[in-house]
Amino acid sequence: MHARRLRASLKGWGGVGAMAVVCALAVAFALLLPHTQPGGDGSTAVGGRGVAEARQAKAATCENPQDQSLPPSNAEGDTIAAIKKRGHLSVGVDQNSYRWGYRDPNSTGRTSELEGFDIDLARRIAQELLGDPDLIRFKAIPTNQRVPAIQSGQVDMVVRTMTITCDRLQDVAFSAPYFLTGQQVLAPNSSAIKGYDDTLADKRICSAAGSTAYDNLAADLKSGKLPASADISTTVPNQLDCLVRLQLGEVDAVVTDGALAASQAAQDPTVELKGDRFTTEYYGVAMKKDADDLVRRVNRILADYRADGGWKESYDKWLSPTLGRDSESATPPTPRYR
Amino acid sequence: MPGVPPQQGSPAPAPAAPGPAPAAVAPPRRTAFAEGVDQLRAAATTEPGRLRIIGAVLALLVVAFGAVTAWQATDRAAAADDVLNNSQPLSSAAADIYRSLADANTAASSGFLAGGQETKASRERYERDIRTAAEKLVLAANNSDPDSRSAETITKLNRLLPEYKGLIERARANNRQGYPLGGAYLRYANDTMQTEMLPAAEELYKTENERLRDDYAHATPYPWVAIALGVLALAALAWAQHRTYVHTNRVLNHGLVAATATTTVVLLWLVVGHSVARAGLNDSYDHGVRSLNVLHDARIASLKARGNENLTLVSRGAETVEVGGEFRDKFDVAYQASMKDLAAGLAAAEDLADDEAGERPVQAAAGSMDVWKERHQQARDADDAGDYQAALSKIIGSKDDEPTGECFDNVDHSLETALEHEKLEFEQAAGDGRDAMTGLPTGAAVLAVLGATGAVLGIGRRLSEYR
Repeated sequence: MHARRLRASLKGWGGVGAMAVVCALAVAFALLLPHTQPGGDGSTAVGGRGVAEARQAKAATCENPQDQSLPPSNAEGDTIAAIKKRGHLSVGVDQNSYRWGYRDPNSTGRTSELEGFDIDLARRIAQELLGDPDLIRFKAIPTNQRVPAIQSGQVDMVVRTMTITCDRLQDVAFSAPYFLTGQQVLAPNSSAIKGYDDTLADKRICSAAGSTAYDNLAADLKSGKLPASADISTTVPNQLDCLVRLQLGEVDAVVTDGALAASQAAQDPTVELKGDRFTTEYYGVAMKKDADDLVRRVNRILADYRADGGWKESYDKWLSPTLGRDSESATPPTPRYR
Repeated sequence: MPGVPPQQGSPAPAPAAPGPAPAAVAPPRRTAFAEGVDQLRAAATTEPGRLRIIGAVLALLVVAFGAVTAWQATDRAAAADDVLNNSQPLSSAAADIYRSLADANTAASSGFLAGGQETKASRERYERDIRTAAEKLVLAANNSDPDSRSAETITKLNRLLPEYKGLIERARANNRQGYPLGGAYLRYANDTMQTEMLPAAEELYKTENERLRDDYAHATPYPWVAIALGVLALAALAWAQHRTYVHTNRVLNHGLVAATATTTVVLLWLVVGHSVARAGLNDSYDHGVRSLNVLHDARIASLKARGNENLTLVSRGAETVEVGGEFRDKFDVAYQASMKDLAAGLAAAEDLADDEAGERPVQAAAGSMDVWKERHQQARDADDAGDYQAALSKIIGSKDDEPTGECFDNVDHSLETALEHEKLEFEQAAGDGRDAMTGLPTGAAVLAVLGATGAVLGIGRRLSEYR
């Protein structure tokens, strides 16, 4: 009698208990999910890894992100009016990318101005928008702060070797592409690493936090394209910091855009590019998502920049020493608009 | 000495003994203690026996008083000596380690900020700072216990310092070649300094300050046990003399008077000496250590402010924090906070300074700080107006640009002068305090022996009247 009642009550609780266990498991799973995603590096570039994963499904329908920009136009809207009213253009740049945006410590002038391929382009935009290439404020931003800096309105645009990706298109708007490049592996001359392949097994690979290089590495590690024993946990604020880690022996290889990897190799004769570029990427000028007038205007400026030889001149000055005159990057990519 | 009277008297109880002596044979063997108590009880029944006991107790009390005084005075003198020669210098050394590390880092990054090669002045400053840090680390290592927390921190700093220096040298080499890689090394070095070395140096400073407070806590409390024993010995001597007076109508017993006199001298010496020492030590704490701590803290605040001021220019306003709903430069916010600390520290230091020589450098530092704030605002205004070059000149430019660097140096020099002054005051006061106890342990021991001898002789004189 007693035992039967107990069994009956247990039976009743068994159902409830089972449901509770299922609920608890579901909650735990949901809570743990973001942590089990590979390589959360604290990067805030695309709102955390969990969000990025979710977006990739959506982004799968996005092809050729470099062809999504608005057609050029000189029409003026609210964004340009606000910049003109302020009197200067605020641009997020890098100050550590050799020949892209950097300060030459040996420059003879008493100025400490930034210079490089990206800086030339930013100044050209200021010139066209405001009539003076010096009406510009440079803000040096770390790689993973590029998107937040645009979203918070700290900068009008980011001209900082920024790859146009489907993911980033969710958060910011891009101009038409202004440079063609792709990821490449950089390693010491004597290293056994041959390229982006199995020779990376058991190697420590460095990349910049919030960079496309890191996103690629994380995705390839998950899909098995990269040997599972490759360690991609070292992320740094700037791609150049990877060369520091490489020289100090803290990592074995660096993955970054070919254009930037060439800049790194130019600063250290004992490292070299290993293998060909394994992605195709385009740099674009990033702007606020709803700043249509500015995007169109920048596309117009880019078109002029290409047409009047300004682009080529800047390339010859800054990049041909490291990338060469005959590189596929040596001609501006042809824009296709939405 | 206290053992002498009973020995002298050991044949004396013989006449009184016949009664208990045979009785002691009959029962089984008893403990030595019980026999002793019986003997004592037996002795107490006769006047010479009582006198022997009184003599022994008096001598014991006086000697115990002397011994405890010597011990407690030595203990406090040692703690006072630690304050003066060990923990305070170490606390200062730890502050110097922090200061030189932070200053070296600022000197190294200023060169980078300027965009060109570092100047001779900034290089020399960096080298001097590194040298000071290394020297003070050796000093701190020599004075810390091998297994203490400080030793661990010092080991860590000793390991990181050459690493840091290596990074800076690499930065220089790359800078010379015109590569931005130099800047990347500098950032890495700065990171190592900010996230590992400076926190360790700050911890060392805090640990050493705790040790200093501990040593003070050991040096200053009144030696109550010794004082209580002294009062007890005096009371016993007074009672013994009163008893002699009542029994013999003689007012003065030379031996007992001598014992009373020496005990009084030791007691007075102890109380006065310790009070003076305590006053000196308290004075050294209130006017030395507290001022030194406030000044060290102010110096650290000014270093932090300077470092952050430089970083505002390195990052060019790229890193922001939200303060009260608006985005502001992260490093400028940190700069403002450090400046507030500096202002508070200087105000406190001026309050604590007790003479003109102490006030003057603090006031000078406050004056330089005001100019610094003013010029910093000009630099910010220039930066906000888009003139980065003008902002840069205003912060690290040459003398003609009236840069804030000049103000920082002035604040630093004034604080150094103030620190030297307060250190002198501390050393004087603490030295006076420690010296007030000089000779007390030896004096107390010698006088106590004399006093005990006096008591024994005094009682012995009374005793001889019974022969």
